[in-house]
Amino acid sequence: MSEFDPKIIAFCCNWCSYAGADGAGVARLQMPTNFRIIRTMCSARVDPEHILRSLAKGADGVIVLGCHPADCHYIGGNYRARRRMALLRFVLEEYGFDPKRLKLEWVSASEGEKFQKTMTEFIDDIKGLGPNPIKEGA
Amino acid sequence: MTKSALVIGGGIAGIQASLDLADRDIHVYLVEKDATIGGVMCRLDKTFPTNDCSACILSPKMADCFGHPNIDVLSFSEVKAVDGKPGDFKVKVVKKARYVDENKCTGCGDCLQKCPQKNIPDQYEYGLKNRRAIYIPHAQAVPRVAIIDPEHCKKLLEDKCGVCKKVCTRGAVDYDQKDEEIVLDIGSVICATGFEVWDASVSTEYGYGRFANVVTAMEFERMMCASGPDHGHIRMPSSGEDPKKIAFIQCCGSRSEKKGWQKYCSSVCCMYATKQAIITKEHAEVDEEIFFMDIRSYGKEFEDYIHRAEDQYGIKMHRSSRVAAIDEDPETKKLTIKFTDAEGNPQATEYDLVVLSVGLNPPSDAAEFAKTLGIELNEYGFCKTQVFDPLSTTRDGVYVTGAFAAPKDIPTSVAEASGASAKAGSYIVDENFEPCEPKEFPAERDISEEEPRVGVWVCECGINIGATVNVPTVAEYASGLPGVVHSSESMYACAQDCLEDITATIKEKNLNRVVVASCTPRTHEPLFRNACREGGLNQYLCNMANIRDQCSWIHMHEPEKATLKAKDLVRMAVAKSLLLEPLQGSKIPVTNSAAVIGGGVTGMSTALDLAAQGFKVHLVEKTDSLGGNAKNLYHAEDGKMVSDHLAEMIAKIDANPLIEVHLNTVVDDIPGYIGNFKLKIGSDEIPVGAVVLAVGASPYQPKEYNYGKDEKVATALEVEKMLSEGKFNAKNVAFIQCIGSRNDEVKYCSRVCCTTALRNAIAIKEADPSANVSVFHKDIRTYGYREELYRRASEVGVMFLRFPEDKMPEYDGSNVTAYDTILNMDVSVPVDCLVLSVGITPDRAEKEELAKMLKVPISKDGFYFEAHQKLRPVDFATEAVYVAGLAHWPKHIDECIAQASGAASRALTVISKSELISEGIIASVNDAICDGCGVCEGCCEYNAIEIVDIGDGRLRSQVNDGLCKACGCCVASCPSGAMEQKGFKNIQIEAEIDAALEE
Repeated sequence: MSEFDPKIIAFCCNWCSYAGADGAGVARLQMPTNFRIIRTMCSARVDPEHILRSLAKGADGVIVLGCHPADCHYIGGNYRARRRMALLRFVLEEYGFDPKRLKLEWVSASEGEKFQKTMTEFIDDIKGLGPNPIKEGA
Repeated sequence: MTKSALVIGGGIAGIQASLDLADRDIHVYLVEKDATIGGVMCRLDKTFPTNDCSACILSPKMADCFGHPNIDVLSFSEVKAVDGKPGDFKVKVVKKARYVDENKCTGCGDCLQKCPQKNIPDQYEYGLKNRRAIYIPHAQAVPRVAIIDPEHCKKLLEDKCGVCKKVCTRGAVDYDQKDEEIVLDIGSVICATGFEVWDASVSTEYGYGRFANVVTAMEFERMMCASGPDHGHIRMPSSGEDPKKIAFIQCCGSRSEKKGWQKYCSSVCCMYATKQAIITKEHAEVDEEIFFMDIRSYGKEFEDYIHRAEDQYGIKMHRSSRVAAIDEDPETKKLTIKFTDAEGNPQATEYDLVVLSVGLNPPSDAAEFAKTLGIELNEYGFCKTQVFDPLSTTRDGVYVTGAFAAPKDIPTSVAEASGASAKAGSYIVDENFEPCEPKEFPAERDISEEEPRVGVWVCECGINIGATVNVPTVAEYASGLPGVVHSSESMYACAQDCLEDITATIKEKNLNRVVVASCTPRTHEPLFRNACREGGLNQYLCNMANIRDQCSWIHMHEPEKATLKAKDLVRMAVAKSLLLEPLQGSKIPVTNSAAVIGGGVTGMSTALDLAAQGFKVHLVEKTDSLGGNAKNLYHAEDGKMVSDHLAEMIAKIDANPLIEVHLNTVVDDIPGYIGNFKLKIGSDEIPVGAVVLAVGASPYQPKEYNYGKDEKVATALEVEKMLSEGKFNAKNVAFIQCIGSRNDEVKYCSRVCCTTALRNAIAIKEADPSANVSVFHKDIRTYGYREELYRRASEVGVMFLRFPEDKMPEYDGSNVTAYDTILNMDVSVPVDCLVLSVGITPDRAEKEELAKMLKVPISKDGFYFEAHQKLRPVDFATEAVYVAGLAHWPKHIDECIAQASGAASRALTVISKSELISEGIIASVNDAICDGCGVCEGCCEYNAIEIVDIGDGRLRSQVNDGLCKACGCCVASCPSGAMEQKGFKNIQIEAEIDAALEE
């Protein structure tokens, strides 16, 4: 069997983290290909249902990236995202997912390097957790 | 009658100046003497220090400019006379014969294939490639129209051939076309004619023209470029083999009194050579070395870039090395450079390729042009300007921007271009001003009853995407996705030809969705949206897949996986596009006034420029007086003391009824958004439409060398003050550079300190020729015309000593001792005055306060971080907030003034409007599902949601379109699913999730 190659959904807010991901590209910072970015205007647009759906459809991990605390382009959207994700982790556990499959991180528009580091580490973490248990049951 | 503005020169400076004027509804004629706009920048491969692809960032601006309803681009045209007075010029322009009708030619290129006259050196490719007698300047040319070269066309020369006319199905070829003279009514003129690169054949010592493997930097740039003669594959001209060892020689044509060379520093070559070395490394296994006297990385994040080149890419830097000559081995064609190494030993090394970092010259026709325009040139042959008025020529109503005033980089040219347009606008906009009518797009097609028909364009982006992602297979894959009826690949999706193709294909194939797989929507979405509108589609029916910034660039070594990922991203974008709906923005009112924060030279300049166009300005200064850092300058520029100029500025501010000065005032908050900010100061709440941050920066407060305790130790500006008061009488003076700059804590170069040191070193020597003055430095960074100070300082006997990057000089109270990297020994000099050339610190804490209020970012060095380092140098991503002066980066007073005008111009594009149209992606409520629970109301940060009674006590949520900022927070909070964000609906996001995870 080939090595586990996780599939990860990354939600990026338009103003900071999506720009940070672009910045990683501009600086040609290299990282594994395992993630697919979905752009929303704010991390607060990410509905817990989007995360549950991602996991239900077989994503091995979901990462939500937003602006740093106090830097949110929409004043406090990232705080709401933080609260929602914290609550959602409890729900995930109830459903039998390791809550570590969901991560929230802050990446600013000028932090290409942090984007690279965050994604590389998360991919490694998910590799450590192994495939989404839903896929095993299928 | 309202007059037009005239911009001469269609390079990046001319393009930006035109766009800024046009965005204020002023009509512009942009006259370009070449057959395409784009200037030098469109020939560049990449740009420093972000390594942005030049074509990628410039093409959208070229397309914007050409497509702008308020701009008439007159390419292949020249200005012949400018008569009349400011506000009422009569300008004679000759439209040179192209022998091809611009309005009929579609740029299909059929004629190019058939023209029998081949092997004509292509000037666009610096002769590295050949073209035919009929040609299109290059793939991204704007306008993309063929042109006949009358010197080589058989038909025009001998009345034979005529093939091109026969093959042209549009009947566009017209051998009888004649030069056409037109006269334009012009209010004011902007000269943006740029520069020419130094002619390397002037010098014989480097063997250019004789040695096959010696090339100029511009030739090398084309060799590097994916759209260049060899598609970005760098080869040795002698053999076609890959070079293994490349040398870059700096200051070719610059910083020398040799005949045919220029005395000034060309300002940009250190950085572009480093960029070329870095980019070459990314594509090939090659050893690279750069030979220079001083490395001049004085701009924003430049110093970092140089360190990356050295440390990360292993590019070898030969400091203090002016290469005297190159020898060629006649057999192998390899080139030998003799130099002295860091230990002082003579060396001779062989290279496969030598790149000459050629400097910037004034345009060769500058003298004639100046005569036509009635303006004066400076001693170097560039346009004459004044430090305190850097954008004005010697003729009223005629302004200058970009490299035609002095060699300079792209961001400086862009900021100044905006600045010149602010100045030029003042002769056009008066009480009788009639703005241009808004652009009419074709009526939008009603697609509500149609099944989705998606068109996909996959961009190669030169080699930026194509070298990693297999673009043809992605395009092929896309063609099989549900709903896709058209899929094609494109060299540059953002170029005019592809945009026109999108528009035409929408009509031809009745597309109702467009997906472009290329770069980031953050920069390019507006362009593709406009292409949709041209095709009669609502702009929100366009979607992008970011397969460059977030795929090919970050997975360069995994082409197969990157290609798979690109397919996934395209599938996701297509899946979302099937669910996109047409959206309309709503109208936003605009407050026609601005707030300028910071009352230094920059803030005052911005305020004066805004007021000159009739707009109210609130100038906020935290101290008890205007003037800022300039109050501590005690020297003259162009024969006028800084203090005198400052006094004049303050008097003008005081006398201007439109400028309200708020001294001793700190901003408490500035909530709001484009066109509608509220400046909260004390108990006042002042509405303003735009905000300019001109809060400056401060001199570094030194802790080094016993400063503050030892009376002999002073800063350079303290010495300047003593000199001006006649109180300076030290005999033995040593300057130490880079105090508070270029060290482990403050990594950047503070840009201004070398100039300040040399200005004062010269003043000391001139006042007392018997004084001993030494300057201890890492590099001397007197870029541009400031090089004259370096020359003058050496002439009057100032001693220069270069110490190593990592070992600062020592001072024991009476002597300064440093390791001299030229002599390779410690050198000690006695001092009775030790002058510290202190850098500039960003005052980060103060900047962060304002940054939080306005939601704008701070760079890693602590200055404000603009929207785009190259092409949006004074804008923020947050609309209607701008930055200028030291708040952006350390800079000289003339640069501050020019940038201040740039920020004013950008602000004018907003506050001159009566209303703006908002984004369409706002929140909306499904009344059938909403039960008015009010969760959304509580979570909206902008009070955009209200719970209203719709009768019978039934409650519903209601969104105020003007206040909604489109974050989507309320949507994720809605427990019933009644709230949606247009363009980011739940089903749209879910479609992306599902598509991403499809096996």
